[in-house]
Amino acid sequence: MPHMFTISPDFPPNSLAGWYIFNTWFQKNTGLNIHLNLYNSFEEQTIAIDNNKNDIVYVNPVDAVRLVRDKGFLPIARVKNRLDEVVIAVSEENPISMMCGLKPDLKLAMTANPDVNMISMMLLEAVDLNNSNVVKTTYDSYIIVVKNILKGEADAGLFLAKAYDDLSNVVKKQLKILLRSDVEELYHSLLIGPELADRQDEIQTLLVSMTDNPVGKGVLEALDFEGWLKIENEEMEFMIDLIDTLVPDTD
Amino acid sequence: MLEDMNVDDIVGDYKEATLKLYNLHSRKIFYTETEVSYPEGKLIVSTTDTKGVITHANPIFVEMAGYTRDELIGHNHSILRHPDMPSVAFKDLWNTVNEGRKWEGIVKNLRKDGCYYWVKATVIPNVRNGEIVSYTSVRRKPSVSAVDESIKLYKTLT
Ligand SMILES: Cc1cc2nc3c(=O)[nH]c(=O)nc-3n(C[C@H](O)[C@H](O)[C@H](O)COP(=O)(O)O)c2cc1C
Repeated sequence: MPHMFTISPDFPPNSLAGWYIFNTWFQKNTGLNIHLNLYNSFEEQTIAIDNNKNDIVYVNPVDAVRLVRDKGFLPIARVKNRLDEVVIAVSEENPISMMCGLKPDLKLAMTANPDVNMISMMLLEAVDLNNSNVVKTTYDSYIIVVKNILKGEADAGLFLAKAYDDLSNVVKKQLKILLRSDVEELYHSLLIGPELADRQDEIQTLLVSMTDNPVGKGVLEALDFEGWLKIENEEMEFMIDLIDTLVPDTD
Repeated sequence: MLEDMNVDDIVGDYKEATLKLYNLHSRKIFYTETEVSYPEGKLIVSTTDTKGVITHANPIFVEMAGYTRDELIGHNHSILRHPDMPSVAFKDLWNTVNEGRKWEGIVKNLRKDGCYYWVKATVIPNVRNGEIVSYTSVRRKPSVSAVDESIKLYKTLT
């Protein structure tokens, strides 16, 4: 049975080829047989992960916390200089130019990305907006979020900052950023399932040293990554603690 | 033990007060009416040991507190205690986290320069192998209405 590898559905579509190149390189260097498994939505991915369908994952902090805590996944690495920040944006034509201009009954367009939504709701709380006085609509991609803002169907959109920055200039010219987060503590991470636990150190060393050789560098370029940084177990614990303070209580 | 605040660090007109900390020792503090607004889009993060001694502070925590990192790490979190904060708020904080639960509240903090800043704080116990080993606090920007309500409420408490 090959190992299953999945990545967060919030990656930009143009990096898809990069992940296939990475997977080929990774198999060659670990001797593992790995099948890259991509899901179209967070929902599909969550169901697959919950059914123990994947043992190598590249996921957002909220999912990482769940996997480490509930499924015994172990941290491997995160991408250098790539933090999870969010952008809250409105149409360029919107008279509102500051967060305090956002009022109750706000129509928000978003994707199902759990960490973007968590950070955004925390930022909106500062202007007295919360789940009870905003209307949220979830779309399949950021570009559909943009379309709904431009059509006036939504007042504001919630974006992963990297995804916002990767929008074309033509699109960005029609939007206005109200707030860009600067949390600096949250990041996507590569994790392995418990059955690969004895390979943790080896895989960490392998990924961190990718920048040391031309082949590894080429693979990183295909992914548009500067390199991997090792995640210590304690760093992961810290991110778990942080997420615990940020997720609203369900009880 | 926390040292008294230093008048030379204070910017502008100030008042003086003496805080009783952990019901043991007192600390002379100086405070002004100048507010420093919460930095947009940021989270202020710190961790303490089980006694409330700061063990980790992120860069924006250090910047907002106005102290150097060395003046914060290894010192009790009450180094930021503002006289307008009712002590019952912190009693509630400690009771809550010691029971293993999450505490949330609006807190007015005192900076080294005597200015203050408001935060919405969430404090959680960090549990490892079933035991509380430390506490983490994450602060975000509070809404104007939440601060106004707290100002009113805290005046009625001691
Ligand atoms: C993780 C954590 C963070 C805290 N952050 C603050 C803070 O920002 N400001 C503050 O005045 N007290 C904070 N406290 C509470 C202090 O430890 C202390 O209880 C409070 O300043 C009142 O002082 P006292 O307990 O000596 O009366 C924090 C406690 C914990 C566990």
